[in-house]
Amino acid sequence: MPITDAPARARALYDARRDRTPIPPFTDSDPSLGMADGYAVQRLLVDLILADGDSIVGYKVGLTSKPMQRMIGVDSPDFAPILGSTVHVDGGTVSLSTLIQPKMEAEIIAVMGERLQGPGVLVTDAARAVAGVCASVEIVDSRFEDWRIKLADTVADLASNGAFAVSSRVVPLTEVDPRYVGMTLTRNGELVDTGAGAAALGDPLGVVAWLANVLGDHGIALEPGHLVMTGALHAAVPMAAGDVFRADFDRLGPVTLRVVE
Amino acid sequence: MPDVTALAERLTGARTSVSAIPQLSDDTPDLDLDTGYAVQRLLRSGRGPLVGWKLGVTSRAKQQQVGVDSPIYGFLAADHVLDAGEPLTVAEHINPRCEPEIVFVMGHELAGAHVSSTEVLAATAGVAVGIEVLDSRYSDYRFTMPDVVADNASAGRYAVGTPVPPQGIDLRLVGVVLEHNGGVVATASGAASLGHPAAAVAWLVRSLAATGEGLRAGDVVLSGGLTAAVPVSAGDVVVATVDRLGSLELGCR
Repeated sequence: MPITDAPARARALYDARRDRTPIPPFTDSDPSLGMADGYAVQRLLVDLILADGDSIVGYKVGLTSKPMQRMIGVDSPDFAPILGSTVHVDGGTVSLSTLIQPKMEAEIIAVMGERLQGPGVLVTDAARAVAGVCASVEIVDSRFEDWRIKLADTVADLASNGAFAVSSRVVPLTEVDPRYVGMTLTRNGELVDTGAGAAALGDPLGVVAWLANVLGDHGIALEPGHLVMTGALHAAVPMAAGDVFRADFDRLGPVTLRVVE
Repeated sequence: MPDVTALAERLTGARTSVSAIPQLSDDTPDLDLDTGYAVQRLLRSGRGPLVGWKLGVTSRAKQQQVGVDSPIYGFLAADHVLDAGEPLTVAEHINPRCEPEIVFVMGHELAGAHVSSTEVLAATAGVAVGIEVLDSRYSDYRFTMPDVVADNASAGRYAVGTPVPPQGIDLRLVGVVLEHNGGVVATASGAASLGHPAAAVAWLVRSLAATGEGLRAGDVVLSGGLTAAVPVSAGDVVVATVDRLGSLELGCR
């Protein structure tokens, strides 16, 4: 019996997260579902999660690269809140037992210094409101079977966010142009991939402006201290217990995360 | 041993007539790497003064894709250079593709079978952003490793920005951005070439030692493409940026 309304879909995702058991994509039973349907489910899912005592510490922007947009068949990014319960420290461990089918991505996080709310936010407004940028790895995860996602599915599923680790070093924009920050990702000391900040929509600060404008349409502001995950700088990498991932960013420093059972 | 002279003539014919040929290995199945380099040396002897060298197949991804575990090299002659601000004339090439590079300009000569990246950096006068224009003489870039070595590692043209001293720059981490007609098409860091661009140059020096050659002061070395190459047409513009080294713009006409 397919589920047909947003509250039931939110509940199904909530249960999938709790039980770590993936579910069939919503678009299997209703291919007409679109972006707005996805955000309606996302809002209800976030309500359920916050009711358990979790908190919103910022937002992630996903689908920021052309290859990912082509794969999902869209020409714009998506977003979702990121949760206090999923923050890991630099040098910490992440347990596979909390995840379903995780992959690792290195990206730049922007830390908000001032409130920022759209519409009408320019990239220069974003630059003024951002306190600085820092090194980060995101663990993406899907609560849908075999990552078989379409746009409405991933939007509903918190933009496929699983967890993340963030460096404590916040570097002000006077010292760094995020577009040209180089990054090398190693796994157990071996080079896996490289990238630069411009992989995120051409400019991570442009991603912040885009997010502020889209959140503004929903009546939401970016608040001081909020983190904005600006998008992966390379293709996502599978991870296994025992792996040590290190994303080293020029001008920002490294962030390291160990994967355990 | 295949007829090296005849193979070199075929490649020179393709280059000068701007028309692709089938890969040499199609009708020369015993073409191996040594023969490929022998063909390349013959091409070099007919191209005037040597300016420097280029590396190819320096990314692990590309090495895995073609099933090898080491890079290749080719030579740069004076007529490979695109001088500052000079546009690329697309019609002079068969199938041109652009990729961003970190370019070494040697301050001292360097030779030896045991040279490491530390010695490369000590012998380097400057490092610069570069754009290499690849141009395979083979149809659709279809070739085996010996084929591409014979074809001078697909060397076409190259442009170099203003060199800066390498001291204090971690070339492994510098950000690399390739733009095509105003949009970002690829990014990387310097580590995309063999883990470190200086390690790629060190590999070149060790390889040249096998034939008793080395780098001379003033030699230019293209240390390996850092992203996938983008095909270009007349009217296109390509910009390569390497953080800490600067930007370089190449117009195509």
